[in-house]
Amino acid sequence: MASRGVHVFRLETRPEASEAMRYWSPAIAVALTLAGGMVIFAALGKNPVEGFRVFFVSPMRDLNGIAELLLKATPLMLIAVGLAVGFRANVWNIGAEGQFLMGAVGATGVALAFKGASAVVLLPSMIVAGAIGGALWAAIPAVLKTRFNANEILTSLMLVYIAQLGVSWLVFGPWKDPAGFNFPQTETFEDAALLPMLIEGTRLNLAFVVALAALAGGYVFMAKSFVGFKMRVAGESEAAARYAGFSTVAMVWIGMLVGGAAAGIAGMAEVAGPAGQLTDKLSSGYGFAAIIVAFVGRLNPIGIFFASLLMALLYIGGEQAQQYLSLPSSISKVFQGMLLFFLLGSDVLIQYRLRRVVRAHKVA
Amino acid sequence: MGESVNTPEAMAGTEGKRPRLELRGIRKVYPSVVANDGIDLTVLPGEIHAVLGENGAGKSTLMKIIYGVTRQTDGEMVWEGQPVTPENPAHARSLGIGMVFQHFSLFETLTVVENVALALPGAPDLGDLSRRIEKVSAKYGLPVDPRRLVHALSVGERQRVEIIRCLLQNPKLLIMDEPTSVLTPQAVRKLFETLRQLAAEGCSILYISHKLDEIQELCHTATVLRGGKVTGHCVPSQETPKTMARLMIGKDLPVCEHSQAKEGGEIRLRLAGLSHASDDPFGTDLKDMNLEVHSGEIVGIAGVSGNGQQELLYAISGEGPLAEKFPVQICGTETGRMMPGRRRKAGLCFVPEERLGRGAVPSMSLAENAILTAARTRGFVRKGLLDFAAARSFAADCIHRYNVKCGGPQAQARSLSGGNLQKFIVGREVMQEPKVLVVAQPTWGVDVGAAAFIRQSIIDLRNAGCAVLVISEELDELFEICDRIAVIAKGRLSPAKRTSDTNVEEIGVWMSGMWPGAGPLADGVPGGSRVPA
Repeated sequence: MASRGVHVFRLETRPEASEAMRYWSPAIAVALTLAGGMVIFAALGKNPVEGFRVFFVSPMRDLNGIAELLLKATPLMLIAVGLAVGFRANVWNIGAEGQFLMGAVGATGVALAFKGASAVVLLPSMIVAGAIGGALWAAIPAVLKTRFNANEILTSLMLVYIAQLGVSWLVFGPWKDPAGFNFPQTETFEDAALLPMLIEGTRLNLAFVVALAALAGGYVFMAKSFVGFKMRVAGESEAAARYAGFSTVAMVWIGMLVGGAAAGIAGMAEVAGPAGQLTDKLSSGYGFAAIIVAFVGRLNPIGIFFASLLMALLYIGGEQAQQYLSLPSSISKVFQGMLLFFLLGSDVLIQYRLRRVVRAHKVA
Repeated sequence: MGESVNTPEAMAGTEGKRPRLELRGIRKVYPSVVANDGIDLTVLPGEIHAVLGENGAGKSTLMKIIYGVTRQTDGEMVWEGQPVTPENPAHARSLGIGMVFQHFSLFETLTVVENVALALPGAPDLGDLSRRIEKVSAKYGLPVDPRRLVHALSVGERQRVEIIRCLLQNPKLLIMDEPTSVLTPQAVRKLFETLRQLAAEGCSILYISHKLDEIQELCHTATVLRGGKVTGHCVPSQETPKTMARLMIGKDLPVCEHSQAKEGGEIRLRLAGLSHASDDPFGTDLKDMNLEVHSGEIVGIAGVSGNGQQELLYAISGEGPLAEKFPVQICGTETGRMMPGRRRKAGLCFVPEERLGRGAVPSMSLAENAILTAARTRGFVRKGLLDFAAARSFAADCIHRYNVKCGGPQAQARSLSGGNLQKFIVGREVMQEPKVLVVAQPTWGVDVGAAAFIRQSIIDLRNAGCAVLVISEELDELFEICDRIAVIAKGRLSPAKRTSDTNVEEIGVWMSGMWPGAGPLADGVPGGSRVPA
């Protein structure tokens, strides 16, 4: 009997996924993203080597460049470490972007309400208000999840758009700067409401130290604390968590609130840092980029530190590419997308292997 | 080592026949383990051939090779004189090989006839197929209504559907994988009649089991595996369970020491009119259950699976808290509404039926899995932070005392065999010195050596004054270790009877829901033990 076959590829589970490869996978993804980037530069008619230099090397050419890089990485670090706490417990908070904005709203509210207060009082209150704003916004999906079993991926994402419209309403309406020529923005904050600079002559501010502290706190929480252990169990196996008596409801709450509070503090750092005021263009997608950062960093605070530096480089490199190579601004998003794509791709190939099989068609 | 024996009495009339199936030097290598190593096996037409071995001996791998689920690394399979390599189960079925799995592969929302149709090639006419099912079921004493939905069937009935599904394809070889683990003693006898009838008609049967008495009763010949190798061939009727056990585990069967229970201990666990409607539409509602377990005794609950055991365990452990407090009392505290953590504080420890994914987190180390339930009772938590060193030494102690074969406290739970992980989980719970221990299926899928060890440690705990509740489908096990036995059927619980005052037959009848005073239950006989018409 003749057999004519179609060659197809099939994913086959590997008997044992390599533990070492799990940590190599982000490095492979970065290498592939760089290679893919070169191809894109070439396809756009640019010299790939020149493109690489502008995108990845020139942002770090001097102290100011490095300070800008760390400044950009700060909100990513903060948000990603907060999200990682929830992601480890399978709490999928996709709405950090909205929580970031609501944190900025909370901090702005304090800054506008207590003009004239000293920085020692004002800044801590703004941080707290930012954390509360983000956490409150994250509490909505948490309630919906724990009370009505509504999928937090959808609800947290939808709340992003509500938050964006809420910010727009504030800056077009009640909080609009009377002396701002009708631009959609609040008054610029007083000096006491701005985070002090770390390095003279750069824009790097105290928020970077806060982010490092958050990474350290996140590490202790995830690796050493009992609550962090419970969350890991809940993420690995729901039945085991229930058996051990770890409340899954509590896990959802902790995951959402920590993620929301961290994103809210990042929002505070943005209005009290480089922005200096609340505008309707405050976020540049940090909340979404931080999801990629969290996964490239393997949900591990140390990994997140490096992943956020990489992501910040993609942001700044993208701006440079606009300036010096006249590439469209979407180039940053293309690089982010490639990074996530290659990371997920290498993760799949670590779990599975490709096998070419012949699907036989029996010929009578 | 056993020797190859011919089987003159049992195999009368089959002498000189061409073997139906011959395996020569079958070897299967997985990346981390050699599952089969040079296995030879010959099955004649009409022979009931036992494949005997402990867990991990390589029985399942061998059957998967024969049924085309996986392929051997080396060696040859000869089917009726022709060398073959089954490509997949469909190919194996077309050769005439049928298999009834230990865990059933039926769609619950479809009817019996629809399930059977799915396994047949093409699109058979359902009316016609129903008549064929009825014919086969009448012929072999496997009563089942083709129009019923599978979710409404008992486990025993589901097994019948699987067998009928195989029989419709006129198999020449039927593989039965641990078929009696889900049946009442009466249903086991009925199954044996069916298998004998099939064999008499010339069908060969490969019967996989670790139950020595059953093999002795049913099988003509036996091949014993240990560690992936054949350690002997024998004629079960000429052996004793002791000699077969020696072939299987390489040493004598360990025996439990079981002294008389001390009477008059305080009540540690009380079910007081426990009723609970199951959340699962296919679950079993619990109805007015009453039970007392005293300090220093082991109470067993027998029953065919799916009669409410799962729901009862959830209600006791707190994984499915109740609406009221009083129905579950632990050491005098009404705990019905409490979460599992607070019940543990009241003195409860619990060994669940599923080890991986419930009793242990597969990807976590044994030390971390020790934290899972022992964190509070053993003081691994200080100011909210975990003392990993203490957890590691607890795990190491447990590994040592319970003879857990593993790579140490850092070994992932999933790297352990089922029996060793069960020993670890039992050890972890027992070492917390509970006031009440609840154990579900303590030795399910565990080899005989480990099983005896686990039973002994449960008995030792009882002797130390713990109140123990054991829920098991293995009647032999319950009779071996329990001081009193109750039966669960259709969500109701029988009175507990002293083990010395009852016997397997009586408990078997009770498992059909017919105990004195069971009342209106009699019309709702659970099907697992439904007596064939």
